[in-house]
Amino acid sequence: MGNLTRAQIEELATYCEEAELKAYEITKVTEKYPEMTYEDAFDVQWEVRRRKEARGHKIVGMKMGLTSWAKMAQMGVEHPCYGYLVDYFSVPEGGEIKMDELIHPKIEAEIAFVTKAPLKGPGVHIGDVMRATDFIIPAVEVIDSRYKDFKFDLKSVIADNSSSTRFITGGRMARLEDVDVTTLGVVMEINGEVVATGAGAAVLGHPAASVAMLANMLGERGEEIPAGTFIMTGGITAAVTVNRGDSINIRYQDLGTISAKFV
Amino acid sequence: MDKQQIQACGDELFDAMVQRKALRPLTERFSEITLDDAYNISLRMLERRLDAGERIIGKKIGVTSKAVQNMLNVHQPDFGYLTDAMAFSQGEEMPISTRLMQPRAEGEIAFILKKDLLGPGITNADVLAATECVMPCFEVVDSRIENWQIKIQDTIADNASCGLFVLGDRAVDPRKVDLATCGMVVEKNGSVISTGAGAAALGSPVNCVTWLANTLGHFGIPLKAGEVILSGSLVPLEPVQAGDFMSLSIGGIGKASVRFV
Repeated sequence: MGNLTRAQIEELATYCEEAELKAYEITKVTEKYPEMTYEDAFDVQWEVRRRKEARGHKIVGMKMGLTSWAKMAQMGVEHPCYGYLVDYFSVPEGGEIKMDELIHPKIEAEIAFVTKAPLKGPGVHIGDVMRATDFIIPAVEVIDSRYKDFKFDLKSVIADNSSSTRFITGGRMARLEDVDVTTLGVVMEINGEVVATGAGAAVLGHPAASVAMLANMLGERGEEIPAGTFIMTGGITAAVTVNRGDSINIRYQDLGTISAKFV
Repeated sequence: MDKQQIQACGDELFDAMVQRKALRPLTERFSEITLDDAYNISLRMLERRLDAGERIIGKKIGVTSKAVQNMLNVHQPDFGYLTDAMAFSQGEEMPISTRLMQPRAEGEIAFILKKDLLGPGITNADVLAATECVMPCFEVVDSRIENWQIKIQDTIADNASCGLFVLGDRAVDPRKVDLATCGMVVEKNGSVISTGAGAAALGSPVNCVTWLANTLGHFGIPLKAGEVILSGSLVPLEPVQAGDFMSLSIGGIGKASVRFV
C-alpha cells in the first residue's frame, strides 16, 4: 500500500530525475516523506521510467542491486532491489565515460543474463531462470547514487533507480550449462593495479537466484521479465570508486575482458 | 641479535607451539630484530621440529595480499616450511583444538612440483613448466604470538604463522586453467563467507611461486620436485573453532573441505 498522493509521487520523480540528469547530490527522499512505503518508492522509480520512455528513450535491460549480504550490511538495508537500464546508459566496450555527467561514480563487476523466454513471478526459482536463459555475458556497472556520500536507505535507493547510471557489456558470451557461474572468477584492475577480486557466488549464492528474485519482485506489481531482456545480476566485487583519467580493465575467467576509460 | 638469542627465540617458539602457550611479540622484546634474524629464528624452530621426527614436504608463501601487506606495512611476501605433521586429507577431521591456539582458515591454490626450481632467474614460464598439478587447499594458519599482534619479523620467525593444511579432491594440469582469473568461493557452516580470484595473491599465484624460487635461490635453496607449495590466500582470513565446517571451490580446479574438531 502506498501512503503518498499521486502529486507527491510526481514531485519525487522530478526531484530524483533532475538530480540524475544534471548530476547533483540530493538528500534522501525518506527525509522529505518519512511515511513513504516500498510501493511508493517503486512508484517513483516507475514514474521516472515512464517519463523517459515518453521522451522517446528505450528501456534496454534491468539491474539488480545490493545483492550481496556484505553490501546489504554495509549500506544498512535488508533486501536487494532492482532498477531499469535506459539506452543512454550503455557505453561501448573500450569506450569513454564522462565524469562531468556523473556525481561520484563507482564500478562493479557483474555477470549479465539474457533471457529467451518470459519470466513472471511469483514463484520463479533458479530452475525456471536456467530454462529461460539464452546466454550469459560479462558486464561492468557504473553506479552513481544521487544521494550525498552514498548514504541512503532502501526506499530512497529504489526511488533513485537503484543508483543506475552507466554500463558496459562485452567479452565472450557463454551458455549457462557450459560455465560454473558460482566459481566464475573476476579480477578488477584500475590503471593496471588489481583492486578487487571475486567469484559469482558473491551474488546471492548464485547469480541466477538474483534473476529469480527480480522476476518475483516484478511479479508483485504484475510485471514480468520479457524474453530478450538483458539483466545485470549484481556486483561480484565491492563497488570501487573511480576518478577522472582512470582506465579500468575487468577480467572474467574464460569470458574475456571489459575495459573503459573515465574522462 | 646474536646466535644465542636467535637459538633461544627459536626454542621458545617451538615450545610455545607444543605447549600451546602464546608468546609476547619478539619485536617488543628485541627492537633491533632484522628480517635475517627472523628467518634464522624460524630455521631454529624448524630444526626442533625435524629433531622431533617431522619431515619437510614443501613450503608456503604468506603475506601475498595487499590488505595483509598494508596491515604489516611490508611490500613483499614471506615464506615458511611445511612438514608432514601439518598435512591432512580431504574430509578428515582437523584437530585444531589440540594442535593450534588461534586458528584462521585461508583458501589457496597449491602447486605440486615435478622438477626442481633453483633461483635466481626463475620466471613464471619455468614455474609452470615445473608444475605437475595445482590443487585446491585450505591452509589453517596459527600464531605462536599472543592475539596475532605480529609485525613482519614476528611472523617470519614463527615459520610464516604456518599451522595445518588440507589438500582437496582434484589435481589439475596448470595449462588447463587460468590461474589469475579462476574464482574461489569459501563457505563456512553452509554460508558463503567470501569470494576471490587468483589475482588476489600478488596478481597471480604463479608470481608467488616465482618469487619464492628466486628468494630462496639467494640462499642456494631449491624448490624440489615432489614438494607442495602453498601460494597464498585468495580470500580474507577466517577465524575458526572446533565444530566448524568449511568448504571451498575453485573454478576449473576443484573443491576442498575440512571439519574442525
